[in-house]
Amino acid sequence: MPDPQVLSLAPAPAPTGAGVVASGSGKKRRYSLLTRRDKIVLLVIVGIPVFLDVVFIWGPTLASILFSFTNWQGYGGITAQNFVGVQNYTFLLTQYTLFWPALIHNLMWLGFFVFIASPIGIFFAVLLDREIRGSRFYQNVFYFPVVLSLAVVGIIWELQYAPDGFIDSALGLTKQTNAIDWLGNPSLNIWAVLVAASWRHVGYIMVLYLAGLKSVDPTLREAAAIDGASDVQTFFRVIFPVMAPINVVIVVVTVIESLRAFDLAYIINQGTNGLELLSILITNNSISEASLVGRGSAIAVILLVISLVPITLYLTRVMRSTGE
Amino acid sequence: MTATTMAGRPNKRRIRKGRVALHAFLITMSLIWLWPLAWALLNALRPLSDTIKNGSWSWPTTLNLNNFINGFQQANLGYYYLNTLIVVIPAVLIVLIVSSLVAFALTRVRTRINLFLLLMFTAGNLLPPQVIIVPLYYLYNWLPLPHAIADNGRLYDQYIGIILIHVVFQMGFCIFVLSNYMRTLPRELNEAALVDGASLFRTFRSVILPLCAPALAALGTLEFTFIYNDFFWALLLIVTGSKRPITSALNNLQGQFFTDQNVLAAVALMVAVPTIIVYIALQRHFIRGLTLGSTKG
Repeated sequence: MPDPQVLSLAPAPAPTGAGVVASGSGKKRRYSLLTRRDKIVLLVIVGIPVFLDVVFIWGPTLASILFSFTNWQGYGGITAQNFVGVQNYTFLLTQYTLFWPALIHNLMWLGFFVFIASPIGIFFAVLLDREIRGSRFYQNVFYFPVVLSLAVVGIIWELQYAPDGFIDSALGLTKQTNAIDWLGNPSLNIWAVLVAASWRHVGYIMVLYLAGLKSVDPTLREAAAIDGASDVQTFFRVIFPVMAPINVVIVVVTVIESLRAFDLAYIINQGTNGLELLSILITNNSISEASLVGRGSAIAVILLVISLVPITLYLTRVMRSTGE
Repeated sequence: MTATTMAGRPNKRRIRKGRVALHAFLITMSLIWLWPLAWALLNALRPLSDTIKNGSWSWPTTLNLNNFINGFQQANLGYYYLNTLIVVIPAVLIVLIVSSLVAFALTRVRTRINLFLLLMFTAGNLLPPQVIIVPLYYLYNWLPLPHAIADNGRLYDQYIGIILIHVVFQMGFCIFVLSNYMRTLPRELNEAALVDGASLFRTFRSVILPLCAPALAALGTLEFTFIYNDFFWALLLIVTGSKRPITSALNNLQGQFFTDQNVLAAVALMVAVPTIIVYIALQRHFIRGLTLGSTKG
């Protein structure tokens, strides 16, 4: 690991985004001019937020791990007798009928976002990055759902999917005869919800990717054009590789959004009947219905382990760019 | 004949043709994108009796604002807007103040600690909230508070509890963005202030903070939308239905208007109004907020 002293004193990395002020090369000197009082002020300013972060985020994260090895019911102290080893985990994997469907739904969510929604968002961004008339208008339309809460998105899409809603009506199906219950059918509803979730996700990815594309050196495109590369070739051979840092962000955002999925399934049917998700099983087991703290926490730990993959990926990138 | 003119002529025609196809595609997609919202609006403007009589896929006979008026009154929406206001305003202000202070301090603490803390805050913001909700729920129920701050003596079921978790959770993101932003400010500014004999706090307030105005505007807009749109925290950490902010309240309101989808559509649209205003009035800041965290750092 490089000497952190050198690491943090190195000049700030060259600005990549628009509107970023260029930094001076700066003398490599330590700020040793801080007075004692300044140091105490700094300690308080940083200390309180760190304390809160530890108490309300990292403490609970560790507590989730601890709880997952107990049969604690939510009241009284936790004693040695409460520790049951990996019993909660074996129960989840072998007997709990909702666990595998929930995990599979989360993976479907992830797959749908990674292979369909995010690529559409990137595609829109690439189309709208060129100078075409009305680009601004199209961008506004696609990103509009991003400002809506997922609860509102859920209700808006319920009107599409209801047995007498738009989709069935447009297909000529009626409630009395052969309407498809898009949200009530446990083998269909996850797909219906994924479409609704993508409606919002596509715009989000488009905005992120557009910002990245704007920072690509235009001479790269010109060079590719002179070499006779087609648009598709230019994107995959030239633009996509130099967009590597944004691509990491897209992957991280996409994965994390899929793991966090909760609101949409909850507003539609509390995450039951085909819409089970790990996030919802956690709260259903440990807070809302029962107080099976151990079981919910074991699910939380599984979710934690999965989310550590994108988190580590992202932090590695932060460290690299801070160290540049 | 040069290479450019050889390739130029047919290309131009192909480009024009391509442009037409491109616009046709984009217009189609735009219509698809706008449709769910247009449909919700159409339903919200129609009386339920009209929908029942003619089916939802029919030309509306009457369009009026009755569903909006009735929904607003029956759902007591004014009350829920107020609940949201009580949470959102302090939460956004506190998170911006705390984060800019921490980010500033982190630019001064040039040690191993700097990077470590930055990673800690950032990682905390990336965790799915559901990973910490169970212990947090019990912590909120257990931690004693003076009754002057919380009438039940706990963080649970209190606005202060909701504000706190928003601040702590969003802090990670804001510190990350602001510290990246501050690192791009010319270093000489700090030195000049120091030479002028300005104290640390003075440097922060008079030199650094004004320069961060664009970033703060972007983050403020984004955080307003994030916290306004929060469904999860308030659903689980506030149990009294009437205390919930408007987005979480939708969960119960949905049950209340189960029999009248048209009023429900009107209510959902009214809940979305403040975010739609942000979309129209502050979209530049909103978009910059979204992208600040990704294009830099």
